[in-house]
Amino acid sequence: MEVNYPVIVDVTLREGIADPEGATIERALPALGFNGVTHVRAGKSFRMNIDATDESSALAMASALAERLLSNPVIENATARSATKG
Amino acid sequence: MNRIGVVVFPGSNCEYDALEAMSALGAEAQFVWHSATHLDGFDGVILPGGFAHGDYLRPGALARFSPVMEAVAQFARAGGAVLGICNGFQVLTEAGLLPGALQKNRGLTFLCQPTTLIVESTKSVLTRGATVGQELVIPINHFSGSYTCDDETFASLVANDQIVLRYKENPNGSRDDIAGVSNVEGNVVGLMPHPERAMSTLLGSADGRVLLEGFVGAPVGAH
Repeated sequence: MEVNYPVIVDVTLREGIADPEGATIERALPALGFNGVTHVRAGKSFRMNIDATDESSALAMASALAERLLSNPVIENATARSATKG
Repeated sequence: MNRIGVVVFPGSNCEYDALEAMSALGAEAQFVWHSATHLDGFDGVILPGGFAHGDYLRPGALARFSPVMEAVAQFARAGGAVLGICNGFQVLTEAGLLPGALQKNRGLTFLCQPTTLIVESTKSVLTRGATVGQELVIPINHFSGSYTCDDETFASLVANDQIVLRYKENPNGSRDDIAGVSNVEGNVVGLMPHPERAMSTLLGSADGRVLLEGFVGAPVGAH
């Protein structure tokens, strides 16, 4: 029987790919009094519900659609995780 | 006479400029809606600038799934001349027809200004009428034009003479000042600057002509 699984896909820039948004945010933080914040990387997050027989198949489908549409594998990594845990 | 198809996606906005430029050079140009499934009868295809599918998700991310893109891929494989300008370049990279990707500009500002380009290779269908080292003043108009690729891809671009145009002064943070690249064969080219907006000295520059004349006169492939 299929159940509706809430899933979150995080898309982040690959290591080594320049991140002008992250860099700009990082530079802005000290002016607001937030010191000691480094390695800021900007990304995207997508939340969705997926009908599947179990959670691992829901996550597998989320990974597949993230690879094909939600991310550009040339510059981005995508990871799928359950939205019900943690 | 060369027949050029100008692909129109929902959100394209430079298709009339491209059509007009082609007509000015004596080509017979016509629009091709993005739902088209073949490009029979065309000698060349242009993917114009704009915001195809609203640039939602990433520029070009949704446009690459438009039905016409399968036809563009077939056309390219058969040796047809394909040119992506600005958003069209972004679409070609997303579709995997050109290497690399376009990121947000360094400095996170939309850039609309003339740039000086240097012709780096003349083996592409866009630059075959130009000379290496030639400087061309052509405007840019983009937010995501910073060309990026991994080291391996960059090495192959250099090895195969695929870097077609560079900026004389890097406006957007593009890797190695890259403004335009081609595929290995040279029949698929993408660039962020707008040669179709540099067709007349009255409007600032006619330097786009040497590029688009080359494209219009590009060797006819299987089509």
